[in-house]
Amino acid sequence: MEFFYVLMPIAGVKIFWPGLVILGVGVGIIGGFFGMGGAWMVTPGLNILGFPMAFAIGTDIAHMAGKSLISTMRHGKFGNVDYKLGIVMLVGTVVGFEIGAQMVMWLERLGTVELYVRLLYIVLLSFITWMVFTDVAKRKRKEREAVAAGKEIDKLATGIEWSKTLHKIKIPPMMHFKEAQVYCSVWLPIFVSFLTGWLAGILGIGGGLIRMPSLIYFVGCPTHVAVGTDLFEVMISGLYGTATYTYKGRTELMAALIMLCGAAVGAQVGTVATKYIKGYGIRIAFGLAVIGCAISIILKLIPRWVPAIKGFCDVAATVFILGLVSAMSIYIFVRMLAGARREIAAKKAKARLPVTG
Amino acid sequence: MRKFWAKIVSFGVMAILLLPAMAAAAGPKAAPLAIVADTRKFTGWEAWWTNLYNESHFYFTLITVVTIPLVGLFFGVLADIIMNWIGLDLKSRELAEH
Repeated sequence: MEFFYVLMPIAGVKIFWPGLVILGVGVGIIGGFFGMGGAWMVTPGLNILGFPMAFAIGTDIAHMAGKSLISTMRHGKFGNVDYKLGIVMLVGTVVGFEIGAQMVMWLERLGTVELYVRLLYIVLLSFITWMVFTDVAKRKRKEREAVAAGKEIDKLATGIEWSKTLHKIKIPPMMHFKEAQVYCSVWLPIFVSFLTGWLAGILGIGGGLIRMPSLIYFVGCPTHVAVGTDLFEVMISGLYGTATYTYKGRTELMAALIMLCGAAVGAQVGTVATKYIKGYGIRIAFGLAVIGCAISIILKLIPRWVPAIKGFCDVAATVFILGLVSAMSIYIFVRMLAGARREIAAKKAKARLPVTG
Repeated sequence: MRKFWAKIVSFGVMAILLLPAMAAAAGPKAAPLAIVADTRKFTGWEAWWTNLYNESHFYFTLITVVTIPLVGLFFGVLADIIMNWIGLDLKSRELAEH
């Protein structure tokens, strides 16, 4: 059994390395599929493996940077990354993040900030869930109406179309984002990224969970481009996050590399799966992931009012998150396999067809 | 337009330089501890690595920041080769919402 444990050079603890690989695979799949870093899923996993919390954040960010690079490369080849949009949004994200972070420090001086941050998180996740499922319902209604009228609905048609209204605001300079198929005022993505960055700064999260739906509903990106462009931002912020945490001595490179071995495979699976799943499939799965994230936060909030069940709630939150990660990873993996099989079978069938003319 | 892009790039560079401090400011506060790696448990490259951690966080950071993208790039290229060999088309996809 000794073979399955590796001594971490910096943290000085023995860790069950297959656990790190499995965690990496799961988070890699979900990250590549939804376009997010997934720190909210990694930390409880590292906790269970007995990883010292002093190194958990830095190690998570380091593996996330590598994983996002792999996913961005793949999404980039599919044409899912709008680099121009990503760079423009980086400006708003950073400024918003700084203001959010400063606000948290100011609130910390006033006291009970943690409770309000978690409540804000719940409100935000509820709003995202409402937005996703309202969009799905509206799109289905449009489809039914089109069928009843004997028409065919456009394959890029969406339910919620707030972005079309926002595109009518023509404050110069206007900019065309080719991959996103969006022509709008440059201030729109800057403002949206500022808001998402501000919220991420307040909540102390990377922000992929907020940025991805914002790219869809406010900027107007197709789902696949929103996923790819968000990963591009996660990659950049992840690399600099790695630098800052490592400089403070809070990164265990060996653990990050072991996780990256699993995440590399997972990220490929998650990214390639987006090829076989239509935009609304990704949106619905994302909505379910957001509900899962909200439930885990509620489980962490309950002991504030019922301290006697703190132990139970902590275990329940961890088991729930890991269960959710496993279930979603398996679902995405199965869909990717089915899609790949179909593609290979179609290619073989095409090759067998007799050449005519 | 060129001036505009110059401004965008300057903002981008500034953002990149400021990001670490922001991430640190927003994250949970670290305990004011000096963490020292125990080099006695290791030999070979692990001993060198732990020594580097204790001696210079700057070089430790430099190597970490270079290693992570390189390993990511390696796995990315490897996956490209494997998936091409399997026969998957990795250069196109149909952009459809439903």
